[in-house]
Amino acid sequence: MMKISHILAAVLVVLGAALASFVTAQPGVSAPFMDAARGVTPIPDTTRPPLLLNEENNDLRRTRAYSMQPPTIPHKIDNYRVDKNFNQCMFCHARSRAEETQAVPLSVTHYMDREGNILGEVSPRRYFCQQCHVPQTPVKPVVTNTFEDIDSVLQAGRRNAAGK
Amino acid sequence: MLALLKRYWTIIRRPSVHFSLGAITVAGFIAGIVFWGGFNTAMELTNTEQFCTGCHEMSENVYVELQSTIHFTNRSGVRAKCSDCHVPHNWTDKIARKMQASKEVWGKIFGTISTREKFVAKRLELAQHEWARLKANDSLECRNCHNYDSMDFTRQSVRAQTMHSKYLGSKEKTCIDCHKGIAHHLPAMPPDMSVFGMSEYPQVAEVGQIRQ
Repeated sequence: MMKISHILAAVLVVLGAALASFVTAQPGVSAPFMDAARGVTPIPDTTRPPLLLNEENNDLRRTRAYSMQPPTIPHKIDNYRVDKNFNQCMFCHARSRAEETQAVPLSVTHYMDREGNILGEVSPRRYFCQQCHVPQTPVKPVVTNTFEDIDSVLQAGRRNAAGK
Repeated sequence: MLALLKRYWTIIRRPSVHFSLGAITVAGFIAGIVFWGGFNTAMELTNTEQFCTGCHEMSENVYVELQSTIHFTNRSGVRAKCSDCHVPHNWTDKIARKMQASKEVWGKIFGTISTREKFVAKRLELAQHEWARLKANDSLECRNCHNYDSMDFTRQSVRAQTMHSKYLGSKEKTCIDCHKGIAHHLPAMPPDMSVFGMSEYPQVAEVGQIRQ
């Protein structure tokens, strides 16, 4: 008897949550639709795709915004296939290829499984490079970014402390 | 049988009675043009993309893969068709390749790669044939369009410059050594195989194909 009431309660909670999300996801019909990426184009219509620009291809390493940030790719990767058979990125970025290609070899984290054991080869969970690493295109960001890196936060803190 | 051959042989040996030497020469000349032209036209026909993609083995596997690559679609619209890379351009090599290709007719008849599974299983072997061919002829089919002397290194990315001047310029490597799998997908390769001629180190092992 206890069990059935538990299940009922759980079902009610789930239903309630679903209903709530449904209500919040539907903006009022009267409110004009506006989205930072889509503009004012209504949902059923197709937006005009933005102009495609060439990815940066100068091979210059960029500053990372924070120490754990996966470095961005400073070159084009058009048609570099990463599939079950072969990983095109590893053609240059494999440990064994560093001398010939002068590409940055993968860090040790790519050889670790989720328990932190070091494996002999790239961990399957790190195989698909573009899950974390992406090339960059010289465009104005659609959404403004207020991220501050740790150095400036610390500096501001120190300045505040000194000011007081 | 032998008697028949003998009879034809005597007919062929006997000088012409009805036609002048001039008529025979002119007729032979015209027949030569017709046969030669016909032969070449028929052979050129087997070089067309329409012919190559006429069977499902090609049109559903390799042709589909080609279509997203730069050799099929790009800003200037210049593109390579199958025979540009897979058939030598000069005549004797072309005939040799066409004779080899009779094996492909055999394969078609007996359905060697008639399903996707069969194709995938055979793909490494097929790829290795092409890699070996291009390696042996110093990537001739690449160089039919891509001329090293006409490469403007200043228009290449830094890493392309470095690699080309270091390995291609010194003739240490040829195009196919690095540029494998640029027009079609790469096959599944055994983990201890040295894929790219750049290094003797068996890379695929480290590259870590996803193991199931």
